[in-house]
Amino acid sequence: MTLRSNLKSDFPLLEQQFHGQQLVYLDSANTSQKPRAVIDAMTCYYETTNANVHRGSYELAVRATGALEGARAKVGAFINAASSSEIVFTKNATESMNLLAHCWGEHSLTAGDAVVITEMEHHANIVPWHMLRARKGIELRWIPVDESGHLDLSDLDRLLDGAKLLSVTAMSNVLGTLNPIAALAETAHDAGALMAVDASQYVPHVPTDVQALGADFLVFTGHKMLAPMGIGVLWARAEHLEAMPPFLGGGEMILNVTKDGFTTNDVPWKFEAGTPMVAEAVGLGAAVDYLSDLGMDNVRQHEVELTAYALRTLSERHGDKITVHGPAEPAERGGVMSFAYGDVHPHDVAQVLDQSGIAVRAGHHCAKPLMDVLGTSATSRASLYVYNDKSDLDKLADALSAVDDIFSF
Amino acid sequence: MIGLEDLYREIILDHYRTPRNRGELETPPARRAEGFNPLCGDEIIVYLQVDDAGVIDDVAIGGQGCSISQSSASMMSVAIKGRTVEEARKLIVAFKGLMSIHETDIGGDGSETALGIDLEGTSDGMQLGDLEALRGVVKFPIRIKCATLSWNTLAQALND
Repeated sequence: MTLRSNLKSDFPLLEQQFHGQQLVYLDSANTSQKPRAVIDAMTCYYETTNANVHRGSYELAVRATGALEGARAKVGAFINAASSSEIVFTKNATESMNLLAHCWGEHSLTAGDAVVITEMEHHANIVPWHMLRARKGIELRWIPVDESGHLDLSDLDRLLDGAKLLSVTAMSNVLGTLNPIAALAETAHDAGALMAVDASQYVPHVPTDVQALGADFLVFTGHKMLAPMGIGVLWARAEHLEAMPPFLGGGEMILNVTKDGFTTNDVPWKFEAGTPMVAEAVGLGAAVDYLSDLGMDNVRQHEVELTAYALRTLSERHGDKITVHGPAEPAERGGVMSFAYGDVHPHDVAQVLDQSGIAVRAGHHCAKPLMDVLGTSATSRASLYVYNDKSDLDKLADALSAVDDIFSF
Repeated sequence: MIGLEDLYREIILDHYRTPRNRGELETPPARRAEGFNPLCGDEIIVYLQVDDAGVIDDVAIGGQGCSISQSSASMMSVAIKGRTVEEARKLIVAFKGLMSIHETDIGGDGSETALGIDLEGTSDGMQLGDLEALRGVVKFPIRIKCATLSWNTLAQALND
């Protein structure tokens, strides 16, 4: 294995037992657990550094501002942004995508303009465009998903013809499919469209270089990458941020306010109205440090190896009873494994697994259009991260036998 | 410790494997209501045929979902078939009482005695069938919504 074998001990929550069994956490695509380093960084912030940012002239406030902007710089470096001013802090990836649809969409799109998305998107990359369609009369076009769980790009040129934006997940939160973002960005640009990326499942797991990807916008969230809930990121090329109107109005986002109006602050603060989530940003900075220490190449390799082991083990132990959706080749996917277990409903699968201390998600995973494509209403989903190891997957394979015992008809 | 045997009672699995009154009824004359659990994507369709005397003379259940939502719908269909609309309303309140949900706005305080309904037996002549088996669901709070989905859908159909 490419990561330290004692990594689990960095995560206090994983020491717990449920139903008398050691917790086996296989729901990191939903949210990740937090290492002690992140929890400590946030506690330390409140014990030593807390003040409102960008306002006070006293030393403590200067330190707090430094903590926020220091976290921004770490995040920018982590995804190789050209400048940390291209990092806009939001509440989560959903808010980032809404900010994009609201500010860029309102500003740059008119009735009849087309936005192209895919059938494997999370609702966060669907509903904001539905809402924009209702407001502005834009057209929404869909790239289909083929039977192997990849995007069917055979009709891409026609779909992109006249389109203004291509917005695609870098890694499916259901299928685990890694999409060819750099190639898609190039094709989009050739067609005169901009490229947005939902990287919520990508940045936590794969070395990310926004400049190499060639995208215009990229969103992700902190809580899926060892950081706290309540902090997300919108990265955009500076020229786009400059051109976009502000999002929420209030403090922080202004340079000047009079009775007649206001002028906006510089980017990225133009998009960050009100007191920001400083401790959460500090936590995100600590998570970035933790992941950088592990090395993102090692994180990716760990998950490829573990995914290969999982696919092999589940197939050997459960044969035809288990169907794992998405690409069969571990190198083409992340460690997100949605599966069907015979005819047993995912809710029942998850319930039985919980009795063995195993946490998986059951449901539509906020991807209902994809569920329609898969011809189901829900799947069970086991998803991996740095703290998982082979023993977790052995326990999953063992516990699935209990599902069989109860529901074998 | 709470065990899975409290949840997956044999009678529940039987209704899941062999759902009663599964199918569709022609609308009209039948009424149709759809219920969704947005959490898990479960969907229940309840068809009711009510005669002029207010008796539910036929019922059919469509949709798909987990063992708890499907078995609850199946048991419900058995319990309400041949009952009056008024009796069905009382059953909804009583069943929600069983699930520890006490609603005062459907004509009662939700307690079994107040409604003259005894879920253990047949105190007022109403056969409640296998519903008692679902009592264990209360120990798994996340599944209460599964068990009540068909009952909420029934309430919708009765109110239409």
